[in-house]
Amino acid sequence: MNRAMPRALLTPAVAAIAAISVVPLLITLYYAFVKFSLLEPGDHPFHGGENFYFFFTDNAFLPALQNTFILMFSVMVVTVVGGAALALLINEAFPGRMLVRVLLISPFLIMPAVNALMWKNMLLNPIYGLFAQVSRFLGLTPVDWLSAHPLLSIIMMVAWQWLPFACLIFMTALQSMDREQLEAAGMDGANYLQKLRYLYIPHLWRAVSVVLMIEMIFLLSVFAEIFTTTGGGPGFETTTITFMIYQQALQAYDIGAASAGALFAVLLANIAAFFLMRVIGKNLAK
Amino acid sequence: MNKQTVLLLRTASAWFFALLLFFPIFWLGLMAFKTEAQAISTPPLFLFEPTLQSFRDVMARDHYTGYAFNSLITSVVSTALGLAIAIPAAYSMAFFPTRGTVGLLKFMLSSRYMPAVGALMPIYICYQYFGLLDSRIGLTVMFMLMNLPIMIWLLYTTMRELPREILEAARMDGATVTHEFRFIVLPLAVGGIASTALVCMVWAWNESFWSLNLGASNAGTLAWLIASYSSPEGLFWAKLSAASLMAIAPIMALGWFCQKQLVQGMTFGAVK
Repeated sequence: MNRAMPRALLTPAVAAIAAISVVPLLITLYYAFVKFSLLEPGDHPFHGGENFYFFFTDNAFLPALQNTFILMFSVMVVTVVGGAALALLINEAFPGRMLVRVLLISPFLIMPAVNALMWKNMLLNPIYGLFAQVSRFLGLTPVDWLSAHPLLSIIMMVAWQWLPFACLIFMTALQSMDREQLEAAGMDGANYLQKLRYLYIPHLWRAVSVVLMIEMIFLLSVFAEIFTTTGGGPGFETTTITFMIYQQALQAYDIGAASAGALFAVLLANIAAFFLMRVIGKNLAK
Repeated sequence: MNKQTVLLLRTASAWFFALLLFFPIFWLGLMAFKTEAQAISTPPLFLFEPTLQSFRDVMARDHYTGYAFNSLITSVVSTALGLAIAIPAAYSMAFFPTRGTVGLLKFMLSSRYMPAVGALMPIYICYQYFGLLDSRIGLTVMFMLMNLPIMIWLLYTTMRELPREILEAARMDGATVTHEFRFIVLPLAVGGIASTALVCMVWAWNESFWSLNLGASNAGTLAWLIASYSSPEGLFWAKLSAASLMAIAPIMALGWFCQKQLVQGMTFGAVK
């Protein structure tokens, strides 16, 4: 067996991943310390910490930081709790289970742009939207969701999209549970709550870590939902760090400030990932 | 409660929640077959004479087929390219692990944690320099790179599950690495490979960040076309619905049809 072979097989993958992660990161690092606006051609003189100062003192910065975390945590809580409840519900056989699974998986397959426009127009529109029509039918005053509760609206859209994902992972995890153990617990007179507390929830723990790990990747970079509905507003109410960097780069053409923000976003993601990776690392080493 | 009542309650609530979660999609589908006036009627219409007018309008005005073609090409080619790079890497890590393997996997996965905006500026400028902005090649490469870490991880977990004894037996019998890979590993891992390909294809088809920032009317995917409806045109709900339905239908049909593989792929090998 040639020892160089495994390494040769790995090389393209490592090179490609470096090309998308390490190389852009180093370039972003460079841009963050120079004066670089697409509106001003010419050199990129050293700019010190100006870009960082500019980004961190932007009025949108603190709201964006807060929104990023509120969005991430709310969606995580809703999808994990709701997904686990749904998974427990459909874990046992019942008529039409296959069809229910197909219906449940569907929101995961919808592209974010469609998701956002569908919610913005057909569901949340204060006059013709379904929510407004239903509230009027019930004799309530319709709510203009996207202006009155913009961040909540975004959270609803994103949670709707990710609930099926969590649910299906939990369902797969539940199916591998030890049936005999569950029956034995039942024989010994354990009620459902006790089974939930001592058997189901401990078993789901690992699946929860997987769900959180994958969701975090996608939730930190929620973009299309904001881009197509609120555009970050009203005010800064739905501006996240990702969206703020996009605005600096492709709307204000200030590559330097955007890069400083991007470095901050990378740092933020890594701090969050660090804690999750410790859990996942144990799973990998198993 | 006896067993009958529990089953009845379970069936009723499961169907209730499934229909509730699916309802927005059903509503969108219904809307696509209405006229613009019917689409915004109060109270909302459930029974009406369906029309294909909105689909005709979208086809005539928006070059739907062009965008659909872009979506198809970018998602299929990026997945195929990704597999070509990820399968050898996963094979190498699963069957010839070294002390650095777990670290390397963690590095690969953590690279996916870098928010896309962190790479946006260099990539945007690099694409601009090489004329790759709004090109199908540019988007394909981007989608491939984006999915690669997760692809490798999924394939690694699949291959790690394969029985090593078979491989050792084959090696004893004098099988070369190529033979071993072609006739043993590949057939055994084909389910995992299919699941991985499916998940990555769904993500590439639905990808919006790079598609919105690097694409335009030439190479734009369906996500780009739909996002362009967020302008005042979005007020034409029937047309918006028809375009949306056509954008999600292909990948949704694929997902329904291959539901089992998709769920398997999504579990990321960490759940059994």
